[in-house]
Amino acid sequence: MEEITKQFPGVLANDRVTLEVRAGEVHALLGENGAGKTTLVKVLYGIHQPDRGRIVLRGRPVRVRSPHDALTLGLGMVPQHFLLVRRHTVAENVCLGLAGTRALFPAVQVERRLTELGTRYGLAVNPRAPVWSLSISEQQRVEILKALLRGATILILDEPTSVLTPQEAQSLFAVLRRMKAEGHAVIFITHKLDEVNAVADRITVLRKGRVVDTLLASAADTRMLARMMVGRDVEFHLQRSPGTRGGEALRLDNLWALSQRGLDALRGVSLTVNRGEIVGVAGVAGNGQTELVEVVTGLRQAASGTVRVLDRDVTNANARTVLEAGAAHIPEERMRTGIVGSMSVAENLILRRYRYPPFSRGMLLDPEAIMKFVRRMITEYSIATPDPRLPARALSGGNVQRLILAREFSGDPWLIVAAHPTSGLDVSATEQIHSLLLNRRERSAGILLVSEDLDEILALSDRIAVIYEGRIVGIVPAATATREWLGLMMTGQRP
Amino acid sequence: MRIGPLEVERRNVPPWSWTLAVSILAILVALGLAGVIFWSYGVSPLHAYGVIIRGTLNPRALPEIVRNMIPLLLAGVGLVLAFRALFWNIGAEGQILLGATAATWVALYSPVPDPLKLPAMFAAGFLGGAAWGLIPAVLKLRFSVNEVISTLMMNYIALYLVSGLVHGPWKGNEMRGFAFTDAFPRAAQIPLIPGTRIHWITLLLGVALAIGTAFLLKRTRAGFEIRVQGENPEAARYAGIDPVRTLLVVMFIAGGTAGLAGVGEAAGIHRRLLDPNQISLGFGYAAIIVAWLARGSPLAVLVTSLFLGIIFASGDVMRVALQMPARVTDVFNGLILFCLIGSERLLYWRVRWLPERTVRGPAPEAGTGREATGASGSDS
Amino acid sequence: MEEWIINTIIRGLALGTPLVWAALGEVYAERSGVVNLGVEGMMILGAFAAFALAQSTGHPYLGLLIAAGAGGLAALLHAFLVISLRANQYVSGLALTMFGLGLSALLGRRWEGLPLLTTLPEISLLTYGGVALAVLLWFVLYHTRWGIIIRSAGEAPAAVDTMGVNVFLVRYLAVVFGGALAGVGGGLLSVAYRPSWTEGMTVGLGWIAIAIAIFASWDPLRAWAGAFFFGALFHLSFRLQTWVAPEPLQMMPFAFTILVLALATRRRGMGVQGAPEALGLPYIRGEH
Repeated sequence: MEEITKQFPGVLANDRVTLEVRAGEVHALLGENGAGKTTLVKVLYGIHQPDRGRIVLRGRPVRVRSPHDALTLGLGMVPQHFLLVRRHTVAENVCLGLAGTRALFPAVQVERRLTELGTRYGLAVNPRAPVWSLSISEQQRVEILKALLRGATILILDEPTSVLTPQEAQSLFAVLRRMKAEGHAVIFITHKLDEVNAVADRITVLRKGRVVDTLLASAADTRMLARMMVGRDVEFHLQRSPGTRGGEALRLDNLWALSQRGLDALRGVSLTVNRGEIVGVAGVAGNGQTELVEVVTGLRQAASGTVRVLDRDVTNANARTVLEAGAAHIPEERMRTGIVGSMSVAENLILRRYRYPPFSRGMLLDPEAIMKFVRRMITEYSIATPDPRLPARALSGGNVQRLILAREFSGDPWLIVAAHPTSGLDVSATEQIHSLLLNRRERSAGILLVSEDLDEILALSDRIAVIYEGRIVGIVPAATATREWLGLMMTGQRP
Repeated sequence: MRIGPLEVERRNVPPWSWTLAVSILAILVALGLAGVIFWSYGVSPLHAYGVIIRGTLNPRALPEIVRNMIPLLLAGVGLVLAFRALFWNIGAEGQILLGATAATWVALYSPVPDPLKLPAMFAAGFLGGAAWGLIPAVLKLRFSVNEVISTLMMNYIALYLVSGLVHGPWKGNEMRGFAFTDAFPRAAQIPLIPGTRIHWITLLLGVALAIGTAFLLKRTRAGFEIRVQGENPEAARYAGIDPVRTLLVVMFIAGGTAGLAGVGEAAGIHRRLLDPNQISLGFGYAAIIVAWLARGSPLAVLVTSLFLGIIFASGDVMRVALQMPARVTDVFNGLILFCLIGSERLLYWRVRWLPERTVRGPAPEAGTGREATGASGSDS
Repeated sequence: MEEWIINTIIRGLALGTPLVWAALGEVYAERSGVVNLGVEGMMILGAFAAFALAQSTGHPYLGLLIAAGAGGLAALLHAFLVISLRANQYVSGLALTMFGLGLSALLGRRWEGLPLLTTLPEISLLTYGGVALAVLLWFVLYHTRWGIIIRSAGEAPAAVDTMGVNVFLVRYLAVVFGGALAGVGGGLLSVAYRPSWTEGMTVGLGWIAIAIAIFASWDPLRAWAGAFFFGALFHLSFRLQTWVAPEPLQMMPFAFTILVLALATRRRGMGVQGAPEALGLPYIRGEH
């Protein structure tokens, strides 16, 4: 890819980016969130069209107008959020749009080829299983198989390890090495530095839409890469004071709950969070974290068991009761649940507080009191918006998260339930959110932190609970936890 | 993006002047397309529009426009509220009929004393329409029945209900080919502005309700809840808003206002209950356009219902002067709705005239340093 | 008594046939992810087109062919608005219904109230064709490459797009195909079931066809059964008019539709049988 430039409204996602990938190598594309990595590969894969620049494949300039073009040119992509039809079987997913499949009973035909490819690359998966019944790492295998079956010689993986345990990541790396040995080229997008050294041959670092440098993995060290990625030295360790412990902020006893599909998602979770303490919940996505957060915050019914927030029984209470009991909630899907995108920044700042004084008196809202509060929050949490009357969807991810924190913390909560509070944010926004959370901990709030980012869990938590298939399989003080131990626990193997 | 000398950009909030311009453009296109259809029917579009303009845009035609505007205003205000809460109430037609039915019962069969008759009819009409609107709301909340289908089915049920009543138990003593009830007593008739068919009490009610609804949405807690519920139901749950209560309140008001429209038609225009297709001339469906054109603003309904009133008055003119079927208004309605929703993409574009090519190199570092905006540029 | 039952079945099939064709069309459109609430409009346009052609040429089958074209053309308008311009699918469908009813009334003015001279029998080739079509469409949907593509477009359009299949084209084709079937359904009304032309002669059948598609869980075979059931119900409401006032009976199919929908969602719960996941959502490349 030469001199690729892509402009979005308000942001230059790629600025004259040149990326060169050779056959038989794993090429890491390193950069923090928002650096333009995903945009670049979407341009390569034909999802976006570049404003400028060209793509050269095997010595010939090509135009990739759509994913269809990309596929014919031998490009394959494993996106960050899998593009699988959840209700269909693996075979049905794989034969979707596959050239050369027969018209009648195509799934039967594809099953054989799937098994064959699966053994060759170590990607075993049952072709007749519906996708929704597969684990995340199995779904990832299906995505890789989809690309391989189409004869992809260049495989793009977008943040493939963000949803995997350390052990699953290792076995993915083994697959990538095998593909490399067969002459495939692999583009591997990541923002995790240790992975780069583990699997890549060469590294291209992106920052703010521009290439910082391309270098050999053997010639790079972690600190240097971090500086190139962020543009300054990065604090690897957060400053944290011991803090003062208080009574129980949250107590869960033998909690059971069903998932959206009616399966047991929580199977007897017992956990306490004390005031002045951060308890991290580590686990592979889909092991009950979402349901745990929802049951605690009053968004999902518990089948049995109890939830106590600050000594008040809030089992199966609604979100409003839990809020009034003194709990804040930083939701997982900040754009979808945390804000109302079409309503103004000001209205979003009172989204969960509008019914209390001073924002409303009787049946009526008090616009003056609201605006006074809004202006204060905007300065205090440095929410960048030209006008609080503009719709909140115009804000960047970091600003949305600061808005949510401003709103949630303005009620001085004693319990904070934070789900994936920094996912998708860049380094400086992440640092801010982390220090805001630690600040609340120092002011004796108890924090339940759910995250898939082990580094975040390790850096913030006082204690770490590992969740696997709806059970807490272990709780340890963060000081004694290691990544390896956590990784094993997360896959249900007691070390 | 550039198209010739035009510079086109996306934006999040269209200014109201641009919204107005796009809406007017859409309506003009729709009228143009309707002209093509008249031409294929064998009527010169120029002649047709000449007849319409002469027939509607003169002072003598104004009362008829306002007469048609009244039910559209009332039903339209209710629909704006329902649509703001994201409840697809297509059932205003049935709610109008139920309002008329309830008012008829009060007028003819209840022992209410004369001075209280009209207030009681309005109250009963409101409650009748509200009840008809609450049924689909409950069906949605309790059984997740799609409200588009259920409200429509309720329209047909209301239609046969009224038809059954005027042919059966409520059939009047005088018979002139068509079935209808006895005429309402004088105390149960809404007074008209002399020389017109404008039942001004209903009109005032409509204006008051439009203002009241605007206030409700903007300044009250309930209005805030309705807006959050409609814009993002998931966030509403997160904010602790009770969706059941919100939807029930919304459909109570929306059904009720449509019911008032029915009271106006029965007690102001016909002074009796008669064939359902004459009680409501499709006002309930046209009110969908009134509400859509108002783009969520109850005050804008005051203007958009007037516009649709003109369309209905034109329909009358064309029926008489050009011998077209009454459903010709549906051709207008359908085309206007098509053009309105088809032009909606246009609202979110900012178009500027920039004839000379300015060199647009990559933005300076300060520009790229801005964080990606929500939907489009983020790294996800 | 026996004769009465047989009669009900036959008449049920007769009115069920237009419903079958329209409901199958809606099943395909919705399976591809597009709600088309314009079935009533497409049916009435089909009814008018079929009548006009059959009356002027004397060939009812030719009329049905034109009806398919009219329905397909009307659906193309809907497809353009909701797929290309990403307009609201509900509102566009409603507009299509209004437009269809208005246009057919205007153009059909000359023929208003006329009976058709050369008619099709109530139980015609198209009745058996309806059965065959249901089986065929069921087989295509579940056991062929095209079926997988159509279903995937309704479940996860982004997955279809990245696999190099044109989602927009798939949806266009499904919607237009659905419209053509609705057109034939409407045509059957005016050349076979009640061989005549009156404006608004579809009397809400289009909406019932949509409801059938929903409570049949978007399955062609169940849609056929549902259509037959409603055909019989409509016929019963006619037959009973000898003893009961007509209006409560005429209400019956509409009240029943609500009832069946409520029961269907009850039974279905949240499992695998639910609506296509991307139903009603426009597909925008690069945003998912």
